Amino acid sequence: MSAVLDRPVVAPHQDPAQAGRPDVRPTGRRLGPGRRRRLAWVGPSALLLLWTAASATGALDPRILSEPWTVVAAAGELIADGRLQENLAISAQRAGLGLFFGILVGAVLALLSGLSRIGEALIDGPVQIKRAIPGLALIPLLILWFGIDETMKVLTITLGVFVPVYLQTHAGLRGIDLRFVELAQTVGLGRAGFIRKVVLPGALPGFFLGLRFAVTGAWVSLVVVEQINATSGIGYMMELARTYGQTNIIILGLAVYGILGLLSDGIVRFIERKALSWQRTLAG
Amino acid sequence: MAAHPGGLTALAPSPAGTKSGAAVSVRGLIRSFGTKSVLDGVDLDIAPGEFVALLGPSGCGKSTLLRALAGLDHDVRGSGVISVPDRVSVVFQDSRLLPWDSVLGNVTLGVREHDAGARARKALAEVGLAGREKAWPHQLSGGEQQRVALARSLVREPQLLLADEPFGALDALTRIRMHGLLQDLVAAHRPAVLLVTHDVDEAIALADRIVVLDQGRIATVRPVPEPIRTSADAAGHEALRRDLLAALGVEATAGH
Repeated sequence: MSAVLDRPVVAPHQDPAQAGRPDVRPTGRRLGPGRRRRLAWVGPSALLLLWTAASATGALDPRILSEPWTVVAAAGELIADGRLQENLAISAQRAGLGLFFGILVGAVLALLSGLSRIGEALIDGPVQIKRAIPGLALIPLLILWFGIDETMKVLTITLGVFVPVYLQTHAGLRGIDLRFVELAQTVGLGRAGFIRKVVLPGALPGFFLGLRFAVTGAWVSLVVVEQINATSGIGYMMELARTYGQTNIIILGLAVYGILGLLSDGIVRFIERKALSWQRTLAG
Repeated sequence: MAAHPGGLTALAPSPAGTKSGAAVSVRGLIRSFGTKSVLDGVDLDIAPGEFVALLGPSGCGKSTLLRALAGLDHDVRGSGVISVPDRVSVVFQDSRLLPWDSVLGNVTLGVREHDAGARARKALAEVGLAGREKAWPHQLSGGEQQRVALARSLVREPQLLLADEPFGALDALTRIRMHGLLQDLVAAHRPAVLLVTHDVDEAIALADRIVVLDQGRIATVRPVPEPIRTSADAAGHEALRRDLLAALGVEATAGH
């Protein structure tokens, strides 16, 4: 066989019921990531193993990076005396409230601005200016206005959250295919029906994209507000550990932030998959 | 009868049934994009229940005429008088199904009557898609999607069906099946039909009358007698085909 293409050899995919029958086929190079496999745990496990090994052999100075078991021990102690739960609860409350208000404000502003020209004229400019200012740069002003209590912290998170929600939802609203606008007219949809049946579902993918940025942004803002001017929360716990040189508690805090981040992203993705089940993508 | 609101077209004084009793009446229709004239004084009547195929090369203005009848040309400059029935349905070249709505949801889109669901099920059964009500559009083949689009247009019992190259994106075999389906549906519901196409054979197979548009004007009007429409072997079929191709600027070779 004269090979024009350099074709990789592929293991036969034979149906067990047809064992013994020949399965010879020319194969082209397969594009795309290939079949779905549940291998996401391999990389993190390898890192954990490496860390444990380096600590056990003494190659890793515990002052630089604590041993995994001391991190686990610290977690046990902090859970036993209730400090971890207490700090976790207050952190989660801040992030949750900030997210709630941020998503609400972002979505409402995007609808007002995306569905009316007057709304766009009034809202879009200020939001774009807000976008140009790094959210955390507003903290000094917010402290002067609201002090250093919970209002300031939740507001900082809200301000960081509403921008991506607004931007992506607005882009989704404005990106609705003109062909569907024509369709809505020919089937006699009114304005309300058009918004309900065409505009809102069409903007939903944009909204969810914004939501995922928002969740990530909420944790970033949370870390910052908890490491300055806080007397509670996971970030405060880590900041306190720094002053005492307790690397294991700092690592524990990082692990908690990581788990929270993964968990919240997973929740958003789960809701997204349910709400956008009509979409067909490479992710499969 | 109702003229389309909006746009630049003068409203027709529309008594029930125009003077000729036509479903569609177009007088002196002019449309232009910038300095380019697309429709240059088109007059057209379509009788209730009549199937008219609008044939023409690309860019002759046939889609512009259909869009004018559908009331989709708000921003196009022009003049003329258009009168169309109250209930008009449009089938586009793409099925134009909302990807986020089920097949049933797409068919009932814009139907306000309380029995919308039942009527949509009936329409879907008519196009051979009973049982697929809950499917997402992307789960259907191209031909099936276009059948959903046909069901969506039928569910509102149109007095005028406007179809803009509805089978242009389908493969040849599916197209032939869709011709049969469209004939059955039109026979059952009796709307007036304006089918825009560039396929001479499609026009002959489906239409009562063929109108050839050339450079924004009606160049040729040919009735299609029953025997010619139903059989490619009928006397006069080949002659009609040759004449239409000539009107489109194509010299037909013998046979095909």
